[in-house]
Amino acid sequence: MTDPNTLSPLDLETPEKPFLDANELVINMGPQHPATHGVLRVILRLDGEKVLGLECVIGYLHRGVEKIAENRTYTMFNPYVDRMDYVAAVSNGLGYCEAVEKLLSVEAPPRAQYIRVILTELNRIASHQLWLGTHALDIGAITPLFYTFRDREEILKIFEKYCGARLTTHAFRIGGLQYEAYDGFEKDVKNFLLFFAPKIDEYEELLTTNRIWLERTKKVGIISGKDCIALGVTGPVLRASGVKWDIRKAQPYANYKNFDFEIPTGQNGDTYDRYLVRMAEMRQSLRIIQQAVDGIPEGPIIAKVPKVIKPPVGEIYHSIEAPKGELGYFIVSDGSTQPYRVRVRPPSFVNLQALDVMCRGQLVADVIAVIGTLDIVLGEVDR
Amino acid sequence: MHAFIQYIQSYLDSNQTPGAAGNVFWAFIYILLVFVGLSVAVIAMNWLERKILAHMQVRLGPMRVGPHGLLQPIADALKLLIKEDIMPAEADGFVFWVAPFIVVLAAFTVFVVVPFGPTHAITDMNIGILFMLGVSSLSVLGIVMAGWASNSHYPLIGALRSSAQMVSYEVAMGLAVVSAILMTSLNEQGTGTLSMIGIVQAQQTQGMWFIFKFFPLGLIAFFIFAVAMIAETNRAPFDLPEAESELTAGFHTEYSGFRWSLFFLAEYSAMIAVSSIAVTLWLGGWLRPFPNFLTGPTWDLVFSLFPGFTFLFLAGMCFYSTARMPKHPLFRIQTMGLAGFGAALALIGLVLFHPQVRLRIEDIYWFCAKVAAFMYLYIWYRGTFPRYRFDQLMKVGWKILLPMGLGVLILTATVGLWPLIKQTIWHP
Amino acid sequence: MAPVATPFFFYLLSGTMLIGGILVITRKNAVHSALALIVTLLAQAAIYLMLYAPFVAGVQIILYAGGIMVLFLFVIMLVSIERTMKERQFNKQWLVGIAAAGALGGLFMAVYTKGKGIFPEHALPTAEAQNTQAVGSLLYGQYMFAFEIASLLLLVAIIGAVVMAKKRI
Repeated sequence: MTDPNTLSPLDLETPEKPFLDANELVINMGPQHPATHGVLRVILRLDGEKVLGLECVIGYLHRGVEKIAENRTYTMFNPYVDRMDYVAAVSNGLGYCEAVEKLLSVEAPPRAQYIRVILTELNRIASHQLWLGTHALDIGAITPLFYTFRDREEILKIFEKYCGARLTTHAFRIGGLQYEAYDGFEKDVKNFLLFFAPKIDEYEELLTTNRIWLERTKKVGIISGKDCIALGVTGPVLRASGVKWDIRKAQPYANYKNFDFEIPTGQNGDTYDRYLVRMAEMRQSLRIIQQAVDGIPEGPIIAKVPKVIKPPVGEIYHSIEAPKGELGYFIVSDGSTQPYRVRVRPPSFVNLQALDVMCRGQLVADVIAVIGTLDIVLGEVDR
Repeated sequence: MHAFIQYIQSYLDSNQTPGAAGNVFWAFIYILLVFVGLSVAVIAMNWLERKILAHMQVRLGPMRVGPHGLLQPIADALKLLIKEDIMPAEADGFVFWVAPFIVVLAAFTVFVVVPFGPTHAITDMNIGILFMLGVSSLSVLGIVMAGWASNSHYPLIGALRSSAQMVSYEVAMGLAVVSAILMTSLNEQGTGTLSMIGIVQAQQTQGMWFIFKFFPLGLIAFFIFAVAMIAETNRAPFDLPEAESELTAGFHTEYSGFRWSLFFLAEYSAMIAVSSIAVTLWLGGWLRPFPNFLTGPTWDLVFSLFPGFTFLFLAGMCFYSTARMPKHPLFRIQTMGLAGFGAALALIGLVLFHPQVRLRIEDIYWFCAKVAAFMYLYIWYRGTFPRYRFDQLMKVGWKILLPMGLGVLILTATVGLWPLIKQTIWHP
Repeated sequence: MAPVATPFFFYLLSGTMLIGGILVITRKNAVHSALALIVTLLAQAAIYLMLYAPFVAGVQIILYAGGIMVLFLFVIMLVSIERTMKERQFNKQWLVGIAAAGALGGLFMAVYTKGKGIFPEHALPTAEAQNTQAVGSLLYGQYMFAFEIASLLLLVAIIGAVVMAKKRI
């Protein structure tokens, strides 16, 4: 790893003087704006259409999730984490359950781990689909949104059949799973794999070589790998800047070391590379699901966990690779049934810091493209 | 009474436009017809755009109001009319009030010279095409005024974008138009014309649509115009002034209700207007396809039956959908309505088969069919393309279309004058 | 066909032009002034039409009302209204202005009364259909040189504007 102290200072020098001493225009974008993906408020300083700088104002969706944790038992808090990144609820649950399991020093049985991987990767695909649809919509292509939502529906159907919920699934329990996979689960997943592989090509057909799409995304919102590391940016954004960092490989959890997959990376760190990386990630997820569904072992689905969870005094930090980046849970236990403190490291919140760096000197239209490409969920940013 | 019938008869026998004949009454009737026809076209376009776009995007589109959502545009219009008319407190009242009217006036006035047929135009001006370009360029004023008067940042940026875009693309558009006008002068007298009817007649006498003239020069000029006209009407992929993901709704963000609907009306009639220019200049206006290859009375008859068959086809679609409507008592009224609509269409189709009507209506039909093809293209683009960024839009306008337009203009002039040039070079 | 060039229309249009012109200089809000100017220009285009000069009328609409005025508005819109509202409407040269206007009016009157013989009693009935072609052949035939000189002038203006606007070339 690079020593953070040797990193170059970020490229944040004062913007050049506005042209012809024209008054700079301050525009308030959001919190109610069609392209801010929730209640994000961005204050833009513009010279004509050029962005001189911007400031994010967040907190409109603050629900105090971390504080709630201090008044709930470990089991009771589990459904709350689904409400943070509500388009990738399964990943949130996985991170939380694994963190508590680590604190308890138990491990979920293999069958539970395989089903967890299948559901998490399905959720990664669903999250990327939602990102693709809204990102393309922001750039003006309205049709991909309906294509991705049509196909996302198939994933949500599997979730619904498995645990009864489509969005905030609460699929996992501390120590494993509550529900055994339903009859035909494997068949459904396999059908989805067959169904979905050509759909990615369909999305790519609409966008990847589209002239306007290329012009709108290439060399837009460039961020270097160095800047990404300095700002703590993770996930596809980091990988598109050429840094091969994926927690599934770097610090394998949940059996990921048994699966064979690649980490797609880009070189330029622009919006187009991030698009390609995410498209490739969907394909890699399909690969992982294929291996997992082929090799689901028999056995119990939940480890021996006490009825009342009382972890020993101590603290734990556990992070997983959520669709949007590194999702970490820092839990401090005082030995009681309730956590003393839970701190979440949400990928969207940290990635959002890069917005200013990525947008300076670009045009208003690029701000929209960059917000889309960062793939933020405000529920996770504000918590 | 007899005089009145004679009056009508005199019109039916005339081979002039009402404007040229100086017939105020018929001109008035024509203006009314064009106005009503245009409004109906905008309403139909509203429904068609939503339906076609929906089917491109694996959805159904409006289905609730009337059979297959046929009454949806009317419901929308009613909703807009009874909606509260909000004017921002800090807005410039008079300018805010007058802006939508300027846009609508500009969009509708151009139809004065649109030739639906050799006699089916309100009037024919000697400066027809110049008039169309000039008056349609006035709508920029309305847009700029709307954006400024709202006294709000998003509309202001939208208006700035819009005016810059329209002024830029007018240049390329004008060059393409000029190269088509040059082609009208290729006759014995060497005199071209700016009159809309004259341009179509020039294509008739030269026996060729200008899109195929001096291949590929005519085609390139047409292509330049086809791109510029989308930018002129602020439609996807050049819909930056109203890019909803960036500027909410652009210059009409602060407008609501009836005034907003005026902008909507103006946008769609402007689309029809520029498509009419393209059809007139390059696609032979009211001329039927293949006027020179498929000649003779038989072909004339076949082509003159097209309008009737089109309506019968639409009626058939209605009857087919009627048969497929859910057999539920709650759907009875809808089913009956759809059947009635189909019957009306079929009736119109049958009337159109009458020889007198057929011959009178044929040119209007072909003109409208060509314009409708452009309308479909507009919808198709919207469903396919992402949106250009502003600097890229300007780059396309100034660095690609403008040089191309200049090149086509010079080449057209050279090719057109080639006999003369050859003469001066070889036989000085 | 009944002629449209009746005195009624002439007085209507000239009245519109005069009112528009007065509004241009009396409005405090620059955008309102620009709008009044557009009305004036459009009325002027209509007067050209009355004089059987449709081409000039069309060019007037395209260039002045459609093109130049949009650029005018473009600039004016970006000027803060609050600041212009505070500025004084007229400067102190109104005496000179009235004198100049009076002199110009006197000149017109003198030409009109003294030189009645020069002007024809009725406007020459030019055929409308030939007007555009005539303008074209004169512009590109007899007055070719003057036309090109004028376009050179415009080119100089364009280059000057670019040099002024661009910080580095």
